[in-house]
Amino acid sequence: MSDEKNPPPTTARGDVVLEAVGLTKHFPVRGLRSGGAVVHAVDGIDLELRSGQVVALVGESGSGKSTVARLLARLYPQTSGDILLHGKPVTARRGGDFRRYARRVQMIFQDPFGSLNPVHTVRYHLTRALRIHHKGLRGQALETALRELLERVHLTPERYIDKFPHELSGGQRQRIAIARALAADPEVLLADEPISMLDVSIRVGILNLLQDLRDRLGIAILYITHDIASARYFADRTQVMYAGRPVEAGDSESVTQEPAHPYTQLLVRSAPDPDDLSGADRNAGRGEPPNMVRPPAGCRFNPRCPFATDLCREVVPPLLPISPQRSVACWGYAAQVPGGLETAPAGAVLPDLGSDAVPVQLTETVHAAPTQGVTR
Amino acid sequence: MSPAVDTTPASSPRPATARTRAEGTGARPILEIKDLAVDYGYGENRVKALRGVNLTLHEGEVLGLAGESGCGKSTLVYGATRLLPPPGLISAGEVLYHPADGSAPIDLLRQSDADLRAGRWQDIAVVFQGAMNSLNPVHRIGRQLEDAIKAHRPKSTGKEREARSRELLEMVGISAERVRSYPHQLSGGMRQRVMIAMALALEPRVLIMDEPTTALDVVMQRQILEQVQDLRDRLGFAVIFITHDVSLLVEVADRIAIMYAGEIVEEASASDVYRRPRHPYSYGLLHSFPPLHGPRRELQGIPGSPPDLQNLPSGCPFRVRCKHVMPECADVHPELGRTAFDEPRREVACLLHDAGHQVPEELSV
Repeated sequence: MSDEKNPPPTTARGDVVLEAVGLTKHFPVRGLRSGGAVVHAVDGIDLELRSGQVVALVGESGSGKSTVARLLARLYPQTSGDILLHGKPVTARRGGDFRRYARRVQMIFQDPFGSLNPVHTVRYHLTRALRIHHKGLRGQALETALRELLERVHLTPERYIDKFPHELSGGQRQRIAIARALAADPEVLLADEPISMLDVSIRVGILNLLQDLRDRLGIAILYITHDIASARYFADRTQVMYAGRPVEAGDSESVTQEPAHPYTQLLVRSAPDPDDLSGADRNAGRGEPPNMVRPPAGCRFNPRCPFATDLCREVVPPLLPISPQRSVACWGYAAQVPGGLETAPAGAVLPDLGSDAVPVQLTETVHAAPTQGVTR
Repeated sequence: MSPAVDTTPASSPRPATARTRAEGTGARPILEIKDLAVDYGYGENRVKALRGVNLTLHEGEVLGLAGESGCGKSTLVYGATRLLPPPGLISAGEVLYHPADGSAPIDLLRQSDADLRAGRWQDIAVVFQGAMNSLNPVHRIGRQLEDAIKAHRPKSTGKEREARSRELLEMVGISAERVRSYPHQLSGGMRQRVMIAMALALEPRVLIMDEPTTALDVVMQRQILEQVQDLRDRLGFAVIFITHDVSLLVEVADRIAIMYAGEIVEEASASDVYRRPRHPYSYGLLHSFPPLHGPRRELQGIPGSPPDLQNLPSGCPFRVRCKHVMPECADVHPELGRTAFDEPRREVACLLHDAGHQVPEELSV
């Protein structure tokens, strides 16, 4: 498309490219007797993708993390909330508007075996993507663009251009899928579990490639994963979701090393850790994620949380800033955060995380929060 | 590994074998796989999926099999239990099972069909990959548990079988009322537990678990693994645990065998493999996943792609991806043998450990 209606503004590194505000998606339950029930897949997620930065969205299966990616890619309409591209609300649904949006926000999927058409060659897949997003690209210019794409994903053009997907290994296929996404010259890449179907020895290669794209091209990347260890390695910021709600957000290192929310703590404790074979107290937090048609009131983690009080069972905790870089949706921190107690109803008993709580570090002087009427 | 938390004292039907963390000290072998070779297909184009593998499982130990997809780890256990689907063919080897009464070992590969059927599930039970989808959706889980018992204990009464299936469910942490549930009424983790309960129904001596937790979340994975370890401590069965997740295996297993392209390339105790890998592939595998704790370390992964079994390179199959490759790797096929440091109870298949070679620093810690 040569006739640009709104050319992408030049973005500096670190500028917010794509933003989600209060993103919510409820899927209707089908069937005659569903009575208008909905699956609360995503409820009030805020997300900021900055250019040249990787944000990891971590959660169990069914926590709504893939739905967030699909909402951002405009594959579903949201129930409420806004998606902002460079600060402007995105309303594109189909046709030219959608295509212009898709050129700037591309997605790669989990399964590189399913996302490439088995009857077409690499050349066909990439040519198609190039010609959709750059009209009139032909002949030598097209050939050069194809070569550049393959080189960007570290594949030798001569060797791979005329291969069919079944002739490629999983890692090579995922590289082709990434090359296809890059054909559009996107500003944002939404990567939905890009490595979980790949062999262990080649996962790092794909992550390093994405890291390289972030650094060289300044692409903003949303990295969706269930593996919190890879988020630590790869992402600049990490956001944790549980049952469709935000749980915790912050820089990857502190979220994984000093998790603040009881759910994140459970997640980190459960991850296999060959260096710690003592296995001390890993059994806490039994139970399973809630039914998303009738999610529990209040904090959605409360049925499994060892610290939950009546307040947790009734009122949804707000995202409380516990340090300049971090926020956590847990009532246990309300007393330490300025203004935190005002969000809770008077007289409510706050949960006491005890020694599991992480210290709250606020750079500005902490103003004494009103404590009357609240028992701790 | 969690310390043995035995909440039900003296309930074990068989004296629990002492926990043999690592070394596998002197425990009797229960299953010996000798020179097992498996091909897929016939003639010229057959794929040699397994090429002369030797492996011994001892009583009460957890043996981990690790490797990437296509390395033959599932083929190994399905070959050993004669569960290979066509076109898989066992072309050589023997699998010796040592019965509990101490009588002469039986070669499972040459056993008559009737004996094999009687012994299956009774002696060796399997929890299959994606087991939670292998329950029959139209029968209640209680009935499916009872079916397995009835097939092997035809003289048992319905009451006994029902009592046993309730007991089994309780054993894996599901309330006994759930015998009346259909599979779709249970979550993925619960269905996986039902499959483990079913595998333990006849108190087997060997439990084979093929990627039992791959489809589950980490929290659920942790719960199920702890359950299995707890049951192992109480009932004293031996486990072969297959997974591609090495970090998980280091925690779960006593001994680990690393496989590459249809062969075992390294076998040692779990902590030795993790702290002192001797084979370049084991080293690469261990440096392919990021650690959650501890210092951030540079990750390398392994260059190249997993091997294509149809045209393997000559000599060492790993040489095309190996950073310590030597000219002779192309000619000589390395056999599983002692390490350069003559360590007891560990073996490696790499020419670097032969006399006259300098073992690289990272492999000689």
